[in-house]
Formats: sequence, C-alpha cells, structure tokens
Amino acid sequence: MGAMIGIISRRLLQSALVLLAMSFVVYGLMGLMPGDPIDLMIAADPRLTAEDALRLKALYGLDQPWTERWVRWLAQVARGELGYSRLYARPVADTMAPAMVNTALLMLTSLALALALGLPLGILASLRPGSWTDRLVTVLATASVSVPVFWLGLMLIVVFAVTLGWLPAGGMGETGGGGRLIHLILPGSALALAGLGQYARHMRAAMLAEAGADYIRTARAKGCGPARVLLHHQLRNALIPVVTIVALELGGLFSGALITETVFAWPGMGRLIYEAVMGNDFNLALSGLLLATVMTLLGSVLADFAYWRLDPRVRVR
Amino acid sequence: MRAGAALLVLLLLAVALGPLVLPAPEALDLAARYAPPSWEHPLGTDELGRDLAARLLHGGRVSLAVAAVTAVLAAIIGTGIGLLAGFHGGWADAVLMRLTDGVMALPLLPLLIVLAAADPARLGLDPELAASEGFAVARLAVIIGCVGWTTVARLVRASALSLRSRDYVRAAVVAGASPGRIMRRHILPNIASPVVVSTTISVGHIILIESALSFLGLGIRPPLASWGNMLTGAMDVVWSTPALAVWPGAAILLTVLAFNLLGDGLQKRLDPKLVSTST
Repeated sequence: MGAMIGIISRRLLQSALVLLAMSFVVYGLMGLMPGDPIDLMIAADPRLTAEDALRLKALYGLDQPWTERWVRWLAQVARGELGYSRLYARPVADTMAPAMVNTALLMLTSLALALALGLPLGILASLRPGSWTDRLVTVLATASVSVPVFWLGLMLIVVFAVTLGWLPAGGMGETGGGGRLIHLILPGSALALAGLGQYARHMRAAMLAEAGADYIRTARAKGCGPARVLLHHQLRNALIPVVTIVALELGGLFSGALITETVFAWPGMGRLIYEAVMGNDFNLALSGLLLATVMTLLGSVLADFAYWRLDPRVRVR
Repeated sequence: MRAGAALLVLLLLAVALGPLVLPAPEALDLAARYAPPSWEHPLGTDELGRDLAARLLHGGRVSLAVAAVTAVLAAIIGTGIGLLAGFHGGWADAVLMRLTDGVMALPLLPLLIVLAAADPARLGLDPELAASEGFAVARLAVIIGCVGWTTVARLVRASALSLRSRDYVRAAVVAGASPGRIMRRHILPNIASPVVVSTTISVGHIILIESALSFLGLGIRPPLASWGNMLTGAMDVVWSTPALAVWPGAAILLTVLAFNLLGDGLQKRLDPKLVSTST
C-alpha cells in the first residue's frame, strides 16, 4: 500500500502541474478571443465614452499584463471565488452546478447502456474468433467507433422525432421524472451507440489475450465446466484492462458529451463551455475548462489506481 | 483490410473525378432550392439551391486534405519526440513522457474549441491572410496536430527503447556511428511499420475531430464546404428537409470506416504482436 500511496501522490502532483500549465495556456488563449468584455459593453451602450472604457478597464484590472491577471485569477479560484457569468448574469458556481448534474445524468446513462451492450458483444465475439458472429461484431464495433456522434444524433432525430414523432428532438422537458427520461432516450442512445464499439473491441481483445493462458488450461484440467472457466477465470482477468478504460472514460463525466449536448440542446456542461467560449464569458469558460481538466486528470489517476487494485502483478514491479 | 482499401480507393476516385462532371459547388439557383434528386442534381440541392453532390465531393477534398496534412504533421512530431525519448533515455525520456502524459490527459474537444476560437489577428497576423481558405486549413491542421501526436510518440518510444539494446545497434555504436546516423539508418527503418499503422488509424480520428469542429462552426467555415459544416446547415432545416442531413454524415462514416479497416488490417499484417493490446 505504501508504494501505491507514493505513486498516487506523485501522479496527483504531476496532475496539479498539468492543471497549472493548462490554466496558463487557456487564460492566454481566452485573451485572444475576438472582442474583450469592455468592447462588448461599449457596443451595448453607446453613451460610454473612450474615457469610460479606460476607467472600466482599470476597474476590472484589464489594463495590466495578462500574466499578472492570471496569477490574480488563480488566487481567486483557490479561495473558491469563480466570479460572475456575464452570459447568464449569475455566479459561475450557480450556473455550473445544475449543468454538471445534467451532464452526469446523460453520461452515466449512456455509459451504462454502452457497457451493457458492448461487453456481451465483445465476449460473444471472442468465443469463436473468425466465425461469422465474430466478424459481424467486429464490423458493428468498427462502425460504432467510426460514426460521428453528432450525425448519429441527427439521424435519430430525423427518424424518431421528425418522421415518426415518437420522441422529443431536444431539450430536457419541463416536468421532472418521466418527462426527463423521455428526453434522455435519444441523446443517451446516440452516445451509447457511438461508445459501445470501443468496449466490444477491448473486451474481445482482452478475452482472446487470456484464452491461451496456462491457468485456463489448469482450470479445465481440474474439471471446471466451460461456463465456470469463462465467467470465473477468463472474464475476471479480461475485465482488468476494460475497467481501466471505463475509469478513463469517467474523466469525461462532465465534459465528454459536448457535441451531443449541442445537437440535442441538452443543458449540460459541454454545451455550457461551448457557449461560454463563443460568447466571451471569460469566468464561466475558464472555470468550466478547468473543471473538465480536473475531471480528466482524476480519471487517469483513477485508472492507474484501478489497475493497481485489480492486478497484483503490477504491485510486484 | 481489402474492404477498407477498396472503399478508400472508391472515395478518392469520387472526390478526384466527381467535381469534373458536376455543377460548380458555389453555383446558386434560388429557384431550385431543396430540389429532389434528378439527372441534373444527382442528390438534389440544398437551402441555397447548390448542387448537393458537388458540395459533398468538394467538402470531401477539404476534409481529406486537412486529415492528410494533420496526420503527417502529428506523425512527424510524434516520431521526433518518441525517438528522442526512447533513444536518448534518461532525463529527456522522463521529461518528454511526462509531457506526453500531460497532453493525453487533457479534455480534447473543449481544448480544441478554445484553440480554434482564438483570433489569429490578435497575434499580429495580417487579417486578410487570417481570413483566407488556405490559412483555415493550415490552422486546423496545426491545432489538431499539436494534440494528436501522443499515440505515435508512445509507440515510437517503446520501439526505440527495445531496438536500442539490439546487437546491431550496439555494433553500430562500437563502430563509431553518430547518434544521428544510428537513428536514421538503424532505428527509423525498423519503426516504420508502427508509425504507418498508427498514422492510418489516426486519419480516421482526425476526420471525426475536424468534422466536429466544423460542425460547431470552428473549423472549415462556409462558403467553403466541408462535411462538418454541411451538417450545420442541414441541422437548421432538419424539420422541413431531413434528407439533407443524411449524405454528409454518411460520407464521414464511410471515410473513417475505410481508414479504420485499413489500419486494423495493416496492424495485423505488419505488427501481429500489437493486435491484442491496442485498438
């Protein structure tokens, strides 16, 4: 355990460095967006003069070099002050909280669906490599990793909303509970269909990698039934790499559905970040991107940890 | 693999030859908006009466050009970094691999959106140049290439690391060959196949990313057609003319599928050991 704590703390330190570098780059890039907040204010109110503009710039600290502003912004974030969203006229934290819940709902639903379909398909394909079932699954899985998810979403809208009129094309619905569930079906399916391919491919590859192992032969030789060998021996070991991939995927929990959210007008984090960047909402965009980076980094630490927990061989090394 | 290669050849032929026989992609015909397929317009026309097939094939040229330039750029950066890390070892390896880990751990699409939304004119670039079509393509290639090199770098590093201790490399070192010569003559030819495989597969990823950015209005912008921005236009009229959304996306799917099938097949042929571990 001690070794792992060392590794994890080193990874966390490294993640903090990546985060710092990312915030520096993003802060600098945001300064390169067309139009700064003061210009927008002046455009909105013709009574403001050039002196007013200078005064406002000084008030917001925009007359100082951006590296200094970055340091000040970091200090603010460290104190938990994320600032005010210009676009939504609300504190950033209050704007992000509901969006995070919405994205997590969408991501977890689609992840569960993708795993429920992808893993059995991968196992099925691995039972008889080269058979027509295997080929069919491989083609399906390759199509799934090759499809642009926003087009898949559009096609689902065309079929189920425009043509058949069965399901809503976007939004979240006003009513809670059942209404929300109905709005979840199309975006959730689009994400799941585009995601299941990679799980099927990884599952199949991992199952095949274990198929020839000595312990499988031993289990058979001592009289284990085929089902027990498959589920108890082969699958348990084959799941290790798959679990780490799922852990990595969890890093996208709050930002991974950006383009799907845009297509389906799902009010989540990805869409929020996109709108904030496009609408010059500095505070919201910076906080959103930072949060997305934190989550992705945590996902990769989590993947390492899962690997270490599940595979004792890693611990010896 | 044969299916992938055949599909790719067909696509390249269509993109190369199709525009020669079809109407110009910019030709407006406001009297014939949303026309159904006909002999004159094989796939019909869009919201401005432009020929859909012509726009599709011109968009294909743009998407494939961006993907090819980006993939080569990413392969060059990745090979350089991977070689340096794997062959040099020591602190260079540590620094470069931490850098690779760091780039891999970034949220890709949000980061690309910020990069693509930045205004190059603010960096002191000539606004006229910044607005040109060629610049849009080059800029997209640089942006995606800067984050897309990590897979190649890791593969190359792993290969270079194992090649470094081979007898023929040691013999070359003893014979007094310079590090540069060893890399060029002994290492590089032996890592060609993983680089080719991962670059082929990365073309598919790049097309997906490019079309997503163009779809969001941040990649290739109209009036220049790309598969991604054609879908943006189609989405606005999805209730009245849903058929417009079908073709550009199908084209993306087929192209990415072709590159993935080709890449998987090449991997099986050139690198049988890697088949089970990577995708």
